[in-house]
Amino acid sequence: MATVAVPQLSGYHRPAVLDWIMTVDHKRLGILYLYFTLFFFAVGGILALLVRTQLAVADNSFVGNDAYNQIFTMHASAMLFLFIIPVWAGFGNYLVPLQIGAADMAFPRINALSFWMLPPAGILMFAGFIVDGGAADGGWTAYSPLAQQTGVGMDMWIIAVIVLGMSSTIGAANFLVTMFRMRAPGMTMFRMPIFCWTMLVTALLQLLATPVLAAALVMLFIDRNYGGQFFDPNGGGNVVLWQNVFWFYSHPAVYIMILPGMGIVSEILPVFSRKPLFGYKAFVFATIGIGGLGFSVWAHHMFTTGSVLLPFFGFMTFMIGVPTGVKIFNWLGTLWGGSISFPTPMLFAIGFVSMFLIGGINGTYSAAVPVDFALHDTYFVVAHIHYVLFGGSVFAVFGGLYYWFPKIWGRQLNERLGKLHFVLMFVGFNVAFFPMHMLGLDGMPRRIAVYADSAGWEALNMLSTGGAFLIAVSMIPFLIAVVMAFMRPKDQPDDPWEANTLEWATTSPPPDYNFDSLPPVRSERPLFDARHSGEEQGH
Amino acid sequence: MAAHGTAERQGMTNSMLGFILFLASEVMFFGGLFAAYFIARADAPAWPPPLTPEQIAEGVHLELEVLLPAISTGILVVSSITMQYAVWQIQKGNQGGMLWGLFISLALGIVFLAAQLYDYTQLHFRADDTIYGTTFYTLTGFHGAHVAGGALFIAVVTVRALGGQFTAENHEAVEASSMYWHFVDVVWIALFTVLYIIK
Repeated sequence: MATVAVPQLSGYHRPAVLDWIMTVDHKRLGILYLYFTLFFFAVGGILALLVRTQLAVADNSFVGNDAYNQIFTMHASAMLFLFIIPVWAGFGNYLVPLQIGAADMAFPRINALSFWMLPPAGILMFAGFIVDGGAADGGWTAYSPLAQQTGVGMDMWIIAVIVLGMSSTIGAANFLVTMFRMRAPGMTMFRMPIFCWTMLVTALLQLLATPVLAAALVMLFIDRNYGGQFFDPNGGGNVVLWQNVFWFYSHPAVYIMILPGMGIVSEILPVFSRKPLFGYKAFVFATIGIGGLGFSVWAHHMFTTGSVLLPFFGFMTFMIGVPTGVKIFNWLGTLWGGSISFPTPMLFAIGFVSMFLIGGINGTYSAAVPVDFALHDTYFVVAHIHYVLFGGSVFAVFGGLYYWFPKIWGRQLNERLGKLHFVLMFVGFNVAFFPMHMLGLDGMPRRIAVYADSAGWEALNMLSTGGAFLIAVSMIPFLIAVVMAFMRPKDQPDDPWEANTLEWATTSPPPDYNFDSLPPVRSERPLFDARHSGEEQGH
Repeated sequence: MAAHGTAERQGMTNSMLGFILFLASEVMFFGGLFAAYFIARADAPAWPPPLTPEQIAEGVHLELEVLLPAISTGILVVSSITMQYAVWQIQKGNQGGMLWGLFISLALGIVFLAAQLYDYTQLHFRADDTIYGTTFYTLTGFHGAHVAGGALFIAVVTVRALGGQFTAENHEAVEASSMYWHFVDVVWIALFTVLYIIK
């Protein structure tokens, strides 16, 4: 459909840069979120390469112990707090209003506030590298008493994470109100696209869990700076208290980091299988189930502390595998009998399903208390988290970028380069992280900078480092594809993929006000209905 | 042209729903602090926890006087009622009644804060004197900060009310500030109960 030509007003025009800085448009903010988070993905990736270089050979002295602690702490902090969590806010910002047929988010100015809290927090966190004592080095989990013993960089980290938490809390309220109240006529809750549903549950988790992290960080800050005794047994405090309050946030946060990725995959698979999502409602309830159960499994990070109720938390952790398994079944059922094609977004989606399955299985493995006692704090856990957060979330991020690139930027990413990107990343990912299972079973502890030659871990570590660099190499075809795309004119039609959801019912990229008109919404696939009912779109 | 998603819906406004969600996050924040307090208290061999000889020599003792905080509690509860009175008045379109409600609530809120600051000066322990001191000052301090924020909120609403911005149909800010005020009131009642009453 054509956009209506708006007569140009003559007179003052703001410079484009100010347009971006002052924007309250959800699409522009979404793009800013994506640029910001991908920048920190690169930063976190470089830190990861430093980690892997240090671990490549035994008895290595590439970086010292202190630098190593800062590097792995900041790698995780950048990837979790500055990349994965806000990247979903980026996709959500761009897509949720479009997918529900709204003109913008419920609170556009609060939306801008949410974004603009991120850059100062990111700078503050990384400014730790230039202060005395260096950046935060207590791990992203900042366990006491370790987190009490380090320099001012840790305080900067605490403040940065509190600010990032505020950003995602108010962002969550914004998403919730948008989805509860701004849906187009006919768009009932159970006709919302799955990506919106996953953002809804994510927003609920953020709204209710992030403030608890703020409380924990406030306590840590008081302990560090004002003589507080929260985590100091000498004054009646309790070090395990930190772990309880921290994981009460950070386990739901794991679902905050993965649910929107599941949503993206659930948008991509049906389009390229040319079938509706198998079991839409089951998927929605599984998402809600994961969100609810997510609040009851935090102590599985603390089995070895000896102060949690092992049977309960072990059982609940097995239980949360059930709705996750339902989703795997949804995805397989969607593929089953479909007329499947394999453009790049589909490759990343299938990569997600298969890698996340491994991450789910090795996670459920560790839910068994005796197994966990053996594997706790070994590289097995590192393998698990990377299979869910890289094999899961990062594959979904790239799947989403390839899928929505034509919509967001009006151009198509080169298919061949995209496939090359996928193959390199998929191979590199498995080479980097699969050996960590073996290293963990062999007893290699996480967070060590140096291991002895006699430990016999060198070969697998070298392999893993090679995989990490292969992942880095896989970004080259991606970047070339992006540059090539931006050198071409915006030539994409409204709906290049023959997709199902409302964002494809407007131009690519959409006008400021999103829609000239909306097709009628009578199912969760309004565009499919419009294509096949013989009705014309847009009146 | 089909309507966009901004179509009018029944029930509360978007801003009110957003505000309620914000309050839910505030509840979780205090939930985290309360949880820390309960865990610390459950773990302690005795409550208040034992002091070191040095602390005793410095004159530290972990005791709380109930009288002044009890009066403060009464003040805050009354201010919650006057705040609700302001809402009811503006719902009827009575701007004068609303203003009285706002003025009195604001004044009582400031009295509460002053009483809390005075109470702090009377205590014989600091934030670094055992988990007792840490939890006490953290919980009451964050609550006090929220009372100050709420008082600022009411002050802004009062200025807007003086400018005649609120009517029987349009007075969301009054309702929101009143909800916030009730929230800090409820948190205080819980704090007063666990810190001062349950020995």
